[in-house]
Amino acid sequence: MKMKKLAALAIAASVTAAPVMAELVIPDLSYRTGPYAAGGTPFSDGYQDYFNLLNARDGGIGGEPVRILECETGYSTERGVECYESTKGEGALIYQPLSTGIAYQLIPKTTADQIPLHTMGYGRTSAADGEVFNWVFNYPANYWDAASVMVNYLLDENGGSLDGKTLALVYHNSAYGKEPIRTLETLSEMHGFNLTQLAVDHPGQEQKSQWLQIRRERPDYVLMWGWGVMNQVAIQEAANIGFPMENFIGNWWAGAEHDVTPAGAAANGYKSLNMNRIDDLPVFAEISSLVHDAGNAAGDGSNIGKVLYTRGMYAAMLAAEAIAKAQEIHGVAQVTPAMVRDGMEALEITDARMEELGMAQIGPAFSVSCQDHGGTGFGIVQEWDAASGTWTALTDYIAPDDSVTGPLVTEDAAAFAAENNITPGCL
Amino acid sequence: MSTDFLYLVEVLINGLMAGVMYSLVALGFVLIFKASGIFNYAQGVMALFAALTLAGIMEGQVPFAHIINAILGTNIHHFGWHVPAVLAILMTIVVMVGFAWGVQRFVFRHLVGQEPIILFMATIGLAYFLEGVGDLMWGSDIKTLALGLPQGGSRWLEDMTVGWGGDDFYGFYIDKLDMVATIVAILLVASLIAFSQYTKHGRAMRAVADDHQAALSVGISLNFIWILVWSLAGFVALVAGIMWGAKSGVQFSLSMIALKALPVLMLGGFTSIPGAIVGGLIIGMGEKLFEYTVGSLVGGATENWFAYVLALLFLVFRPQGLFGERIIERV
Amino acid sequence: MFYREAGDFKTSYAEDNQTFPIKFDRYRYWLVLAVAYLVIPFMINDYWANAIFVPFLIYAIAAIGLNILTGYCGQVSLGTGGFMAVGAYACYKLMTAFPDVNIVFHILVSGGVTAMVGAAFGLPSLRIKGFYLAVATLAAQFFLVWLFNKVGWFYNYSASGQISAPERFVGPFAVTGPNAAPWAQYMICLVFVTVCAVVARNLTRGTLGRKLMAIRDMDIAAEIIGVNPLRTKLTAFAISSFFIGISGALFFAVYLGAVEVGEAFGIQKSFLVLFMVIIGGLGSIFGSFAGAAFLVLLPVALKFVGSDLMGWPTDLVSHLQLVIIGALIMFFLIKEPHGLAQLWRVTKEKLRLWPFPH
Repeated sequence: MKMKKLAALAIAASVTAAPVMAELVIPDLSYRTGPYAAGGTPFSDGYQDYFNLLNARDGGIGGEPVRILECETGYSTERGVECYESTKGEGALIYQPLSTGIAYQLIPKTTADQIPLHTMGYGRTSAADGEVFNWVFNYPANYWDAASVMVNYLLDENGGSLDGKTLALVYHNSAYGKEPIRTLETLSEMHGFNLTQLAVDHPGQEQKSQWLQIRRERPDYVLMWGWGVMNQVAIQEAANIGFPMENFIGNWWAGAEHDVTPAGAAANGYKSLNMNRIDDLPVFAEISSLVHDAGNAAGDGSNIGKVLYTRGMYAAMLAAEAIAKAQEIHGVAQVTPAMVRDGMEALEITDARMEELGMAQIGPAFSVSCQDHGGTGFGIVQEWDAASGTWTALTDYIAPDDSVTGPLVTEDAAAFAAENNITPGCL
Repeated sequence: MSTDFLYLVEVLINGLMAGVMYSLVALGFVLIFKASGIFNYAQGVMALFAALTLAGIMEGQVPFAHIINAILGTNIHHFGWHVPAVLAILMTIVVMVGFAWGVQRFVFRHLVGQEPIILFMATIGLAYFLEGVGDLMWGSDIKTLALGLPQGGSRWLEDMTVGWGGDDFYGFYIDKLDMVATIVAILLVASLIAFSQYTKHGRAMRAVADDHQAALSVGISLNFIWILVWSLAGFVALVAGIMWGAKSGVQFSLSMIALKALPVLMLGGFTSIPGAIVGGLIIGMGEKLFEYTVGSLVGGATENWFAYVLALLFLVFRPQGLFGERIIERV
Repeated sequence: MFYREAGDFKTSYAEDNQTFPIKFDRYRYWLVLAVAYLVIPFMINDYWANAIFVPFLIYAIAAIGLNILTGYCGQVSLGTGGFMAVGAYACYKLMTAFPDVNIVFHILVSGGVTAMVGAAFGLPSLRIKGFYLAVATLAAQFFLVWLFNKVGWFYNYSASGQISAPERFVGPFAVTGPNAAPWAQYMICLVFVTVCAVVARNLTRGTLGRKLMAIRDMDIAAEIIGVNPLRTKLTAFAISSFFIGISGALFFAVYLGAVEVGEAFGIQKSFLVLFMVIIGGLGSIFGSFAGAAFLVLLPVALKFVGSDLMGWPTDLVSHLQLVIIGALIMFFLIKEPHGLAQLWRVTKEKLRLWPFPH
C-alpha cells in the first residue's frame, strides 16, 4: 500500500510541472512491437521523418519547430489510452493512432478535450459527417469509399455490369473488417452481384476452411479486408488453391510490400487499393539527405519509399498543411489544438501544392469543409510485380459512388448523434 | 459419387492435414510435461524464437543489431553473408540447446518440487522474456524462410480426380506443404519413439517421467535429462516454426499457434505422444467439418471455439484425455 | 515494537474475530482508506486516473474474483476475459435499454448475469480437474467472444460491432462518457473495490471460505466430511464470476468507454488476470491488489524510465520491458514461489519479532 503514497507524491510533482509551450507538439502513437509491428513500423517512420525534414529544412512549420512525442501502443487499446493521456497534457495538436480500435476510444475523448483526431482511411467511417463529428476527420478516404471504389473498378473491368457475378469478401472478424459489409450489401442489390462473406478470426493463421470454400464456390472476385498476419496467409492460400491473382483485390491496409513478399513469386499479379500513389518522389531524396544522413532517421532508414512509409509521410504532410493553414487563419505561429481543427476544416490540397512539396500526385486533390470531413474518397488500384518487387498503379484515381456511401454516412452519424445527444452543427 | 460427398471428403482430408500441423506444436508440450510436469506455456514463443533465429542466421543478420546501434551509434545490420539452410538449421539447434541449458540452469533448477501452477507461472515469465529477447535479437519485421519447401495444391492429384463427381467437382485439393508436414511429423514421432525405446538416454527419460525419486536412486542425472527434454522440445519447436512460418513468414503471430495446440493436448492427454497426434487429427477434422456443415449457418469463424468445445465434450467422458494416464485419487 | 498483539486485549468474541487482529494493522488499514478516499480524489488528474488508478482498481476486482475461484477453491480458470465480456455487454444492454435507472444498479445486475453464465460454464469442473479444466474454460472464453462478435443484438446492430458507453450519472456527477471527471471515475471504482474486497475477505473467512479451501486441498476428503462438491464448486464459479462481471462492466463503462470484444476481452485478458493472481499470491485478497498493481504499474514505470528519462527509442523500450517483466516474474518465483502476498506475510512475521528476533 506504500505505492499509493508514492503515487500521491508523484501526482503532486506532476501537477507542479506545467508543460512548456514553445513548440508544435505532435504525438505519434506508433506500434513497432506486437502482432502488427510490420505495418506500424514503416508508417511511423514515414510520419516522423517528414516532420524531421520540416525541422531540418524549414525550421519547422511557419518557423515553429515540431516536437514529436512517440508512444508505443502495441496496437492495444489500453496502452493507446495510456499514450493519449500521457501526451495530451504536453499540448498535443493532433492525433493519428493508426488503429481502428484506438480511434473508437479516442473519438469521445478527443471531442471532450477538444483536440482534433485524424483517422485517414480507417476509424469510424461516419466521422465524414463533420456536423456530428466536429473534432474527427477521416479525409482523404474511408472504408465505405474503398468498398465502392473496388466495385466501381470491377464494373469498369466488366463493361459496366456485374449482374450475376459473385464477389467474396474475406474479412478480419473485428470492427475493422466488418466496416465494408453494409456498403457492399447495398451495392450488391444495386448492381445485381452476389456477395459471400467469409470471416477470419484474429490472428488469421489458419484460413484453410475459407479458401476451400472459395475453391468450391469459385467466386469471380475475392475482396479482402485484412491486417497483420492474415494478409500474408490469405495471399499464400489464394496462390495455393490456384485462384487467379488478378481477381483478388485487397483494401489499402492489405497492400504493402511485406504482405506479398512471404508468398514470393506466387503473389505476382495480386491487386490492392491504395489511397496514395507509390512513386520515386523528389521528397524522398530530401529526406534521405537532410534526415537520414544527419542521423535522425526514425527507424533504421530502410523503409523509405515503401507503401506504408509513403502513407505515413502523406499523413504527416496533411497534418503539417493543416497546421500551416491554421497559422494562416489565426495569424499566430504557436497554434492551439482548436486552431488546428479550424485549419483542418479549411484544408485545401491542390495538385500544384503537392508538386511544390515534392510529392506530386501523391493523393487526389481535395478540400475539406465543415459538412464534409471525408475528402473525395478516391482510390487507385495497384498491382504487385513479384519479379521486380514493386507495386505499379493500374488506374488513375477512381471515384466512389457517393450516392451509395453518402446516405449510409448520414444514417450512421444520425444514429450516433441521437445516442450521444449531439445537435449537429458547425463550430 | 455425389459432388457434395466428395467435397465432404476433401474437407475431411484437409482437416486431418491441418490437425497434423497442430500436433507438431502439441508434441513439444507433451515432451516437457511428461518428463518434468511443467506445463510449458512458452512453447509457442519457442517456435517463434527458433524460426526467427533460423531466418536471422540464414540472412546473416547481426544479432542485437538494434540495441548495439542505439548504444554505440553505429549502423550495422548484416554480416553480408548467407548461410546455407542445413548449416543454419544446425546452428539453430545449437542455440536451442544452449537455451535449454540456460532455462534449466537459471530457472527450473531452483524450482524443483514446486506446485505445478508455480512452474506454469515460471514458463509464462519465460515466454515474456523470450519474446522480448527474440525481438531484440532479430528485429520485429516479417522474415521469409527460404528453405525451398513446396507450396500450393497438388496439381497431379487435382488432375487425377477432376470430374469424379460431375462437372462441378474440381478435383481433390491437398496442399503440398501439408503433405511435407505430415511426412515430417511421422518421421519426428517415429524417431522420438525410437529414441525413447532404444537408447540409453531415451530410457532414462522414460524412467524420469515415471518416477523422479526412483530414477534418481538408480543414478540417472535429473539435471541432464531435463536439459535433454528441453532441447528436444526446442527442436520440435523449430520444426513447428518452420512449417507454420513457411505459410505466413516468420513474425510475432507465430507465437500464438500455442493456442491451436491446447485443445489438441486436452483431447489427447498431456502425457501421451500418440495422443498429441490422434488429438490433432480429431481436432483438425472436427473443426473443419463443423465449419463446413454448421459454420455457414451461424456466420462462420467457428473454428477457434469449436475446437475447445469438442475437446471439452471428450473430457466430460474421459477427464484425463484420450491417452492420458488414468487419474487415481486417494484420500 | 509497535507491531504485535501484546497489550491489545480482546474482551469479546467479535473483537477476537476481527479481520485485523493487530492494532497497527487496523490503523494502517484506516490510513490507506483515508488516503484513498480523502487525499487522492483531490489530487487526481486525467493521466493518473486513466492510466493508473482506474485500471488498477478494476483489475483488482477481477483479480479478487479469480482468486476466489483459483486461489481459494483451486479451480484454475482461463475464461476471465470471456466473463468480463459478459459483464460489459450486460451493462451495455442495460444502459441502453433502461437509461433512467442508475448505473450502479446496472453494474450490479451485470455482475449477477455474469454469475449465472459463470456457474453454467463451471459445470464441467465436476468432472475435469487441474490443467485440463484450465484449458476447458478456454472454451467459454472463445465461445463468448465469438458470440458477442457475431450476434447483432448484443451490440445493438451497430455497423462495426463496437459498443460505446453513453453518459450516465451518479447524483449530479457523470461517471461514464467522455465528460466524466477523473475523480468521479476513480471514486466509483474505488467504492466498488472497497465493497468487493470487504465482502470477499469476509466470505473467505467464514463457512464458505472454509468449504472452498477444503475442496481445493482435496475434494474427495471434503466430500467425505460433508461438503457438497457440486454446490461448492458452482458457488465458487458464481461468486467469482460476479466479481469478474462487475470488473468487466466497469472496464467497459468507466475505463475504456468503447470496446471491441475481441481486442478488449480476448484471451490475453484471461492470461493477464491469472498472472496477477499468481504473482500476487493465491488465496490472498491482499495478493490480488499486489498482483494487479505489479502488472499495471510496472509497464508504465518501465516505459517512463526508458522513454521519458533515458530517451531510448520506444520499440527498444517495449522489447526491454518484456524481457524485464519476464525476468522479474521468474526471479520472484524463485525467491518466493507463493507470490507477493507471501513476501508481505514474511515481512509482517519479522516485524512482529522486531527488534528482538530470538
